[in-house]
Amino acid sequence: MVINPTPFLSVTIGEADFDIAKLQRSLQQGNAAEGAIATFTGYVRCDQFSGNVSAMELEHYPGMTQKSIQAILHQATVRWPVLSAKVVHRVGRLLPGDQIVWVGVSSAHRAAAFSACEFIMDYLKADAPLWKKEHSETGEKWVEAKSSDSGRASRWGEGDAQ
Amino acid sequence: MLHIVFFARVKEELGCPGLELQWSERCATVGTLKEQLCQRENGAWREVLCEENLICAVNHTVVDDAMALADNDEVAFFPPVTGG
Repeated sequence: MVINPTPFLSVTIGEADFDIAKLQRSLQQGNAAEGAIATFTGYVRCDQFSGNVSAMELEHYPGMTQKSIQAILHQATVRWPVLSAKVVHRVGRLLPGDQIVWVGVSSAHRAAAFSACEFIMDYLKADAPLWKKEHSETGEKWVEAKSSDSGRASRWGEGDAQ
Repeated sequence: MLHIVFFARVKEELGCPGLELQWSERCATVGTLKEQLCQRENGAWREVLCEENLICAVNHTVVDDAMALADNDEVAFFPPVTGG
C-alpha cells in the first residue's frame, strides 16, 4: 500500500537574515525520501535602483502575507508530489546585495521540485501582500508592480493559486 | 465595527494607517464602504481610493466591490504587490 506523506510546509516572514544551507538541510525529513531539492534565493539588486538609492524597505500585511504564501505552497502540493516546501521572506530595511527571499522544495524526483519552486516564486511575486520602497539621498519611491510578474503567474494556468 | 487598514502607498497618501467604522447599511458592501471613505477629508481620499488598481481584501482574502461586509470584518486596501 502506498501512503502519500503529508507535505511539510512553512512560511517565515521577518526581518532576520537567513542561512540558505541550513534551510536546504531542513527540507530533508530524515528518511531519504527526497531525491531532489530545488531552491531559489532573491537578492536586493544594484541596477534596480535609480539615482543614489541606498536601501530597500519591505512592508507586509501581518497575517495575510503568511496566509497568502501558505495558500501558494498548498497549491504547489496539489499540482506536484512535493514532500516539503518552505518560503522565507524578509521585511524591513535591506541593503544592496542582501538576501530578500528564499524558496525551497523537495520531492522524490527533479521535475516536480523544479516546477513547484518556480510556480511558488511566480505566484509569490504576483499575489503575496508585500511592497518595496526605494530609499535614496533625494527621497523615497515605491516600486511599481510589473505586468510581467502577473504574466508569469498566469502562464501556469488552472486559475489562480488561492 | 469594521476594522479598516491601509498599506504601503495607500497608507502614505491617505496619511492614515487605518480606522474603525461602525458597520451600517451604508457600508454593507466593499463598494459602498469605499464610497463612504471617499467622502472623508473633503473628498481628498477619493483620488486614492478610486484608483483603478486598488486591491481590497476582507479577512485576508482578496475580493471585489460586490463583496458583502459583516460586523467585525477586517477590510484592507492596498496597491498592487511588489514582493519577492
